[in-house]
Amino acid sequence: MTRNPDPAAPGIRLCGTHGIAQSVLFDADIALGAAEWTCLLGPSGVGKSTVLRLIAGLDTGGAFDGTITASDAAPIEGRLGYMAQSDLLMPWLSVMDNVVIGAKLRGEAPDHARARSLLDRVGLRAHADKTPAALSGGMRQRAALARVLMEDRPIVLLDEPFSALDAGTRADMQELAAEVLHGKTVLLVTHDPAEAARLGHQILVMSAQEATPWPAPSTPPIRAIEAPDTLACQSALLAHLREVQAA
Amino acid sequence: MRKRDILAALAVGLGLWQALVWITGAPHFILPSPLRVANALIHSREVIADNALVTLQEIIAGLILGTLLGVATAIQLTLSKTAERLMLPILVFTQAVPVFALAPVLTLWFGYGMASKIVMTVLIIYFPVTSAFHDGLTRVDRGLLDQAKIMGARPLQTLLRIQVPHALPSLGTGLRLAAVYAPIGAVIGEWVGASKGLGYLMLLANGRAKIDLMFASLIVLACLTVLLHTAIGVLSRQLVAYSEGRRLR
Repeated sequence: MTRNPDPAAPGIRLCGTHGIAQSVLFDADIALGAAEWTCLLGPSGVGKSTVLRLIAGLDTGGAFDGTITASDAAPIEGRLGYMAQSDLLMPWLSVMDNVVIGAKLRGEAPDHARARSLLDRVGLRAHADKTPAALSGGMRQRAALARVLMEDRPIVLLDEPFSALDAGTRADMQELAAEVLHGKTVLLVTHDPAEAARLGHQILVMSAQEATPWPAPSTPPIRAIEAPDTLACQSALLAHLREVQAA
Repeated sequence: MRKRDILAALAVGLGLWQALVWITGAPHFILPSPLRVANALIHSREVIADNALVTLQEIIAGLILGTLLGVATAIQLTLSKTAERLMLPILVFTQAVPVFALAPVLTLWFGYGMASKIVMTVLIIYFPVTSAFHDGLTRVDRGLLDQAKIMGARPLQTLLRIQVPHALPSLGTGLRLAAVYAPIGAVIGEWVGASKGLGYLMLLANGRAKIDLMFASLIVLACLTVLLHTAIGVLSRQLVAYSEGRRLR
C-alpha cells in the first residue's frame, strides 16, 4: 500500500457560473487541494453533482461560463477516475471483467494479474468469477472501487458512492476508500456531514451564491467516528446545512 | 403454461369445434369436423409436409435475414445521429404502407419462387426488430455511458461492450414479435403467387372444395408458428438471463 501522495495528483480549480435555460444554478469558485480529499456538501439541487460533471467533462444539460484548470496546467481529461452512487457494474460481466472494463473499452489488453491483486486488496479475490447479481451492495461498491483503482488515475471523482449502503458497510467502505485512494486528488460529493467530517481534508458547503469552506477537524483523515473533533465537526456541519437549507 | 393446461385448452377447443359442426349442421365443404380434418391430415401428410417444409424454409430464411438487417440498421442508427435523424422518419413512414399491399409487386420483381416470400417476410419483421433493438441500444443507463466516456472508451467498444449486451432483452422482444409475423409474411406471399408452400396448398385446396385439406394446412401452419414462437421464447429468455448476469458465459 502506498502512503505517499501520487506525484501526478494536481489541484483543480473550477471558477465560473453555471446556468440552465437563462437562470443561474450556481456561481462558484471551488479549489480542490492536490492529493487531498475535498468533500462537497449542500442542499439537494444546488449543483454539487453538476460541479463534479463539469470537472469530468460530462454533459450537464446547461451552460458553464468559466474555467476549470489543473494546477500543473495539463488537461484534466484522461486523468480522472469516477465512482457514482450506483455501482455502474455491467450485470453481464464477471467481477474480474468489470474491473478491467476500462482497458477493454479503450481497445487495450487488460492486465488481469494487476486486477487480481486489486480484487485481493478490496477483499473480493474469492468473488472474481461471480456476476454482480451474486454480490451484496457493499461488495458491489468494493468491486466498483477496484475498477477505479485499476484505472489508476491521479484525480478521482466520487458522487455519493456510499449513500445507498447500510451504516456499518458505509463506515467500512469509507475506511477502505480513504486507504486505497490516499494521495490522490479526490472530490467527494456527499449529503452526509459525518462522512465529510471523517474523510475531508477540506470541506465545502455549496449554495447558489458560493461554495464556502467549512473548518475540517485538525487531525488528518481518515478520522475515527467517535473522535471528539469528528463528532463536533459533524454536528456543527449538520446545523449549518440545516440553516443553509432553510435559507 | 403447463402441459396439462395446454392439453385441456386443446380438448375444449376441439369440443367446441365439433359442437359447432353439430349445432349448425354445416356441410363438410363449409365447416369440416375435427375428425375429417384429422383424416385429411393423415391421408395428405406427404403433400402437407412437402409444402410445410417450403414455408418453413421461407420463414427461417426471412427471420435470419430480417433480423440481421434489423440489427445492422439499429446499430447504424445508434452510431450515427445523422442516420438516426434521416432514417427514423423514413422507417416510420414505411410502416404506413401496408406490407401486404406490396406482395403483388414483390412477386412481379422476385418471381414465383421462394425469393419473393423471403423478401415479404424480411419486410414484415424488419421494423419490429429494428425498433425494439434500437430502443434497447439507446436506453442504456446514462451513468454507464458517462463512466465509459471518462475511461476514454472508443465509440465502437462502448457499443459492443455496453449498449449491445444491454439491448439483448429488447432484441429478444423484437424477435418474439418477428416469430409471430414471419409466417404471416410467407403465407401472404404464397397466396399472391406461388407453386409451393402451405399458403399455396390452402388456396389450391379451397379452389377444389377440399376444405378439410385447407383446415389441415392451416393447423400445420399454426403448429409451426407456435413451435417457432416457443423456440424464440427460449432464446429470448437466454438473452435476458445473460444481460442480467444470471449465468456466466
